[in-house]
Amino acid sequence: MSLPRLAQGRNRGVMPGNPACAGCPHTIGLRVMGRVLGDKAVLVVPAGCTSIISGFYPRSSLSFPLLHVPFASAAAVASGLRASMDARGEEGVVVVWSGDGGAADIGLATLSGAAVRNEDILVVVSDNEAYMNTGIQASGTTPWKALTTTSPVLGKSEERKDIALLMLFHKAPYVATASVAYPIDFAEKLERALKVKGFKLIHLHSPCPPGWRFDAGKTVEVAKLAVETGAWILWEYMEGSFRISPQSKPFVQKERRKPLAEYLKLQGRFSHLRPEDVIEIEKKMEESWRLVVELEKFYSRS
Amino acid sequence: MKKKILMGSHAVAEAVKLARVDVISAYPITPQTVIVERLAEMVERGELKSRYVRVESEHSALAVVYGASAGGSRVFTATSSHGLLYMYEMLWWVTNSRLPVVMAVATRAIGPPWNIHTDHNDALTIRDAGWIIGFAESVQEAFDMTLQAYKIGEDKRVLLPVMIALDGFILSHTSEPVLVPEEEEVADWLPPREPLPFKVEPGKPFAVGNLGPDNVTMELRWNAWKAAERAKRVIEEVSAQYEKRFVTGTSSGLVERYETEGAKYLAISIGAWSGDVKEAVDALREEGYDVGLARIRYVRPFPREELRDLLSSVRAAVVLDRSVSMGHMGILGSEVRAVSERTPVKNVIAGIGGVDVSYKDFISILRGFVEEYEAGLSGEWSVAEWYMPWVTER
Ligand code: SF4
Repeated sequence: MSLPRLAQGRNRGVMPGNPACAGCPHTIGLRVMGRVLGDKAVLVVPAGCTSIISGFYPRSSLSFPLLHVPFASAAAVASGLRASMDARGEEGVVVVWSGDGGAADIGLATLSGAAVRNEDILVVVSDNEAYMNTGIQASGTTPWKALTTTSPVLGKSEERKDIALLMLFHKAPYVATASVAYPIDFAEKLERALKVKGFKLIHLHSPCPPGWRFDAGKTVEVAKLAVETGAWILWEYMEGSFRISPQSKPFVQKERRKPLAEYLKLQGRFSHLRPEDVIEIEKKMEESWRLVVELEKFYSRS
Repeated sequence: MKKKILMGSHAVAEAVKLARVDVISAYPITPQTVIVERLAEMVERGELKSRYVRVESEHSALAVVYGASAGGSRVFTATSSHGLLYMYEMLWWVTNSRLPVVMAVATRAIGPPWNIHTDHNDALTIRDAGWIIGFAESVQEAFDMTLQAYKIGEDKRVLLPVMIALDGFILSHTSEPVLVPEEEEVADWLPPREPLPFKVEPGKPFAVGNLGPDNVTMELRWNAWKAAERAKRVIEEVSAQYEKRFVTGTSSGLVERYETEGAKYLAISIGAWSGDVKEAVDALREEGYDVGLARIRYVRPFPREELRDLLSSVRAAVVLDRSVSMGHMGILGSEVRAVSERTPVKNVIAGIGGVDVSYKDFISILRGFVEEYEAGLSGEWSVAEWYMPWVTER
C-alpha cells in the first residue's frame, strides 16, 4: 500500500461538508476505511461523534451503508447482521465503527461477548480518549491526569484501560493498534485484518483538537508525536504472531524517542501538569513498553 | 396436524421452529430459559437451520436480533422480568426502526426480593415501547400466538415487533396437549419474510437512523402509531385465518368474550389465570350471578372499541390485575378505566409475586364486587383493592 494507491480508492468514506469539527481525527480514519473497504463494508455505529458526522436526514455524509445503534449495542448488532448475512448467503464486511466509550466503557460487555464468540466482524475503535460528543467527559481510556469536563481541575485520577490488550486476551485472532498519523499503516492493517476470519479489532489513536485542546491544524502532528515520544505504541497481533509495527519499532530504545514533554505541551488538557507528573507518566509509559516488548518475545517463542 | 404433550416453553420453541427463523439470540433467565434451551438443542441436532447467537446479556440478545432483522432475517428471542427491563432501550430502538422481531416473555415478578414466579408487571411495564403485546391463556394459545406473531409483525401494514407473554411456570413449565400443524402446512400459510423496503448491504450507501429534523421524528412516531392501529385489523385477520385453517380451538381477535352475552357484570383479565376466572364465572352463573369475562388477548394495540362496547352493556366491571403502577392503580385497571365511558370499574390487585389465586378466590372477589355494586358502594372504587386474604390487619 502506498499513499497514491490509497488515494486512488473510489470510495471516499466521508464526504466534504460533513459536520465534523475542523481537524477531526475520525474523518481521517473514515477516509482510510472508505478507500480500503468502502464498497465491501456495512457500518454499525454506536452513539458518538460519528452519530453527528454522518450527517442530517435525508442526506448522509458517509459513503457506507450504516446503521446507527444504541451506545452499548454495536458489537451485538453487528453480530446479528453478520448472522443474517451468513444465513442468507450474502457477502460483505460488517464493521463496527466506535469511539472509546462505545467500545471500552458502556459497550465493553457487548464487545467482549462478540470477541469471545469470535464473530466474523471488524471493530475499529477510533479513540479520542474521552466522551467528546457529549462535551469532553472522562472515559475509561482518558489518560491519567488529563483535564476533562468531569475532571476539570485535578485531571483524571484513574488509569486508562487498554482495550486492544483486553481483546488480545480474549484470544481474538486479529488485534492491532493504529494511528491517524500513519494512514498507510492503518490501511495495511485493515487489509490484513480482512484476510482473517473471525473477530478483528483495530484500536485507532485519534487526537481530537477541541477535546485535547490543541490547534485544529495539528491533529496529525499530535498523533505523530504520540508515536515518536512512545506515548502510543503501534503493534499488530495476527493469528499467533505479535509484532511491534515498524513505525514504533525504533522507539523500543528509549534514547530514540522524542521527549514526552513535546507531546504533552501541545495539549491544553495537560497544561496543569507538574514536572513530577510528567515523570510519573513516563514511568507508566515505560511499563506499557515493557509489556509490549515482552508480548513480542512471548509470541515469537511459539 | 399432530397432537403433542408440550410444556409451554417447548410449545413456543416448536412454533419458532415451524416459523423457520434465521437467527435466534438469547440470554438465560428463569423461567424463560427452557424455551431457548430447547431451541439450542434443535439447532445443534440439525432439526432447525437457524444461527444461534449466545450473548452476554439481554440487551445484546435484542441487539443481535435487531441487527439480523435489519439484514432481512426472521428472528426470535425470549426473556423474563429483569431481562426484559435490561432490554428496555433496545425495545424502543426496534420499534422506532420498524423492524419485525418476535419475542416470548415468560412473565415473572421483578425483584427485590428475588422471586421467579409470575406476575404481569414485567410485560406490562413495556407497554409504551411500541410493541404489539399478546397474553396467552393456555399452552396451545402460546403456541398459536407465537406463530401468528410472525405473520402479524411482518405484515407490510404493521412492521412492528411482537411480544407474546406467557405466565412463568404456570404456562412455561406446565404440559398440556397441543395441536401442532404440519411443517408444509405452516410453510404454506407463513411464507418467508418479505424483503424490507430498504436493505442494508455493502456498496449502497444508506443511513438508518441519521439525525434529522424534529418533525421527522414526530412523523415517524405517527407512522408507527398508525401501524399499531392497523395492527388491530391484522391481528383479527391473521388469528381468524389461522383458526380457520388449523382449528386449534383457541380464540381469535383482541378480546375473548366468555359468557358476556346478557351479562350484567363483567370481569376483565389477561393471561393464564383467566382459566380460573372462567371457572369462577361458571360457578357464579350457577348461583344466579350474571357475570361474564372479557379476556384481553392483546394489551397493545389496546382493544379500546371492543372494551368500550362490552363495558357499555354492563352495570359494572372489575379488572383483575396482576400488576401495579405505584401511586396510581393496577396497570390493566387504569387502561380499562380510561376507555370506560360511564360504567364504574373496580380494580383488584392480586397474585403479585406469584401469590396463588385460585378459582375460589375469584369467586369471592367477583361476588364481593357484585355485592358492593348492588349495595351502592361503587363510588368507593377509585382506589384499587389489594386482595390479600392472609393479611388481617389493614
Ligand atoms: S469532538 Fe473531536 S472527535 Fe468529535 S467531531 Fe470534533 S474533532 Fe472529531
